[in-house]
Amino acid sequence: MNKKWISAPYLVWMVIFIVVPLFLVGFYGITVRTDTGFVFSLEPLQRCFEPTYLKVLGRSVLLAAISTVICLILGYPIAMILTSKDFSDKNIYLMLFVIPMWMNFLLRTYAWLTLLEKNGLINVLLQKIGLNPIHILYTNQAVVLGMVYNFLPFMVLPIYSVLKKLDSSLIEAAQDLGANGFQTFIKVIFPLSIPGVVSGITMVFMPAVTTFVISRLLGGGHYYLIGNLIEEQFLSVGNWHFGSALSIFLMIIILISIFITSHYETDKEGSVGLW
Amino acid sequence: MSKHIIELKNIDKVYDGNPVLKNMNLYIRKNEFLTLLGPSGCGKTTTLRIIGGFETPDKGDVLFEGKKINTLPPYKRKVNTVFQKYALFPHLTVAENVAFGLKIKKMDKHTMEEKVKTMLHLVNLSGFENRSITSLSGGQQQRVAIARALVNEPEVLLLDEPLGALDLKLRKEMQIELKNMQQRLGITFIFVTHDQEEALTMSDTIVVMNEGVIQQVGSPIDIYNEPENRFVAKFIGESNIVDGIMLDDYLVDFAGYHFPCVDKGFGQNQPVDVVIRPEDVKIVTPAEGMIQGEVKSVIFKGVHYEMQVTSDDFTWMVHSTLMEAEGTQVGIQIGPNDIHIMKKEAEA
Repeated sequence: MNKKWISAPYLVWMVIFIVVPLFLVGFYGITVRTDTGFVFSLEPLQRCFEPTYLKVLGRSVLLAAISTVICLILGYPIAMILTSKDFSDKNIYLMLFVIPMWMNFLLRTYAWLTLLEKNGLINVLLQKIGLNPIHILYTNQAVVLGMVYNFLPFMVLPIYSVLKKLDSSLIEAAQDLGANGFQTFIKVIFPLSIPGVVSGITMVFMPAVTTFVISRLLGGGHYYLIGNLIEEQFLSVGNWHFGSALSIFLMIIILISIFITSHYETDKEGSVGLW
Repeated sequence: MSKHIIELKNIDKVYDGNPVLKNMNLYIRKNEFLTLLGPSGCGKTTTLRIIGGFETPDKGDVLFEGKKINTLPPYKRKVNTVFQKYALFPHLTVAENVAFGLKIKKMDKHTMEEKVKTMLHLVNLSGFENRSITSLSGGQQQRVAIARALVNEPEVLLLDEPLGALDLKLRKEMQIELKNMQQRLGITFIFVTHDQEEALTMSDTIVVMNEGVIQQVGSPIDIYNEPENRFVAKFIGESNIVDGIMLDDYLVDFAGYHFPCVDKGFGQNQPVDVVIRPEDVKIVTPAEGMIQGEVKSVIFKGVHYEMQVTSDDFTWMVHSTLMEAEGTQVGIQIGPNDIHIMKKEAEA
């Protein structure tokens, strides 16, 4: 029982890399620097509510939400296909889906950059078959595309794991009671898979709303998403106070969304999702 | 023809190259309580699933009221199923579970509520309407499953070992309740079990199956008293099966004695299997006995004692309410009516 010391390295790690930085963010977020040193001030937080920045935040939430919805629309059928009888004993399909995730996130996003370029592979192919080239690089569409591509597995996997565990006799029972395929889905399969859907939404929305790499590479522009804005404040502008305030602001929004979704997530048999 | 609500004709079913049902032929009469009985893997559940529409036969036809329904999906069939593990919907309440089939049929709300209430009353679950499924005991869940199936007023109710998960006392109660319900509602029940006692208690007709082949179809009394082969004799109740020679009509030789019996038509000097139920073996004094033996072991079984009595070439299982001490020399008597003769099976 007295094995608590085993967790000591982890505790030290947590303190150094999580607790202290959080404390620093909190500290910088509510102070400003004057000639005499750090002084308490709500000015950095107030700045977050300026229209310019609210617009960036709004765009981040909107693009993340669109990506999440697209991931759900694409991901649910994929999860269903993966769990269907013809595929269930063939792990290779699941593997095919997971393998891209082993590759570096940056590399995958750079790949899209070359694919979407004016003279990139996609446009060359389009012109070869006589279609007009598309110019979506450095637009919202490209950012959404990047988000969907990168975060789709996070939607598929929790839904897959819930559907996989779904007792097939429940589906048979629904059919036995007169429900056709569509009715069975609406009345039994979908309601029972909600914990997975909620996990998936959380796991896609959160990285999507905070990303700065995808928007920087595929979106172009300066203050594109809130992630970029925060990055800029720390790395190029050097205003750690405003950067921290924005971080706090974003954390509060994420905490609220977790709070709302966690309400739906746990069922009677305990959490099914990945959180 | 119309009396046969379901007919199975020359059904074959193969799973991964293993035959599960071999040329199965069976008809089910309207309003009967039919039990498919056999050890696990005998094909009884597969038969039920073919009738329910969850499996399609590889060969042969399924007829419902004379019409071929081989590929009709389950939701279009006039049968309902009580699943082995109940398969209740965990996200719905007791009442919502029962109302599921009625909602699909778009029944108006008032009639639906009435029906659900009546049905819950029938299965002794009045007042449980808004309870969640997970808060119910096994027996209560089982009743919900029955109510959910019966509320749709099916022509045929399929029950896949529905009592398997219940304890002995509850199982006995439910057996009687199910039988009563079946008689009251006049619905055809097709019941799957591996428990021979359950089958004998509830059924009008028992179908004994083994390795995908029907061994015998008959009333419980026929199946028990007149088993057609060794498998049925061994599976239904306990029995002594002895090699014998049918000397002539009404006379059989086994265990070194010529027994008068009531069977005929086997020809003269034919080797046969002789089945004698342990409760039909009477223990008497050695002088009175047709065969003499020694009591080897005695086990108390509640209502009776189970004794092993060894004679020259056979060990008899005897059930008796009177105990003989181990090592006692006893005689054995077997009456003509207690001897059942079966034709020898080729491979046995």
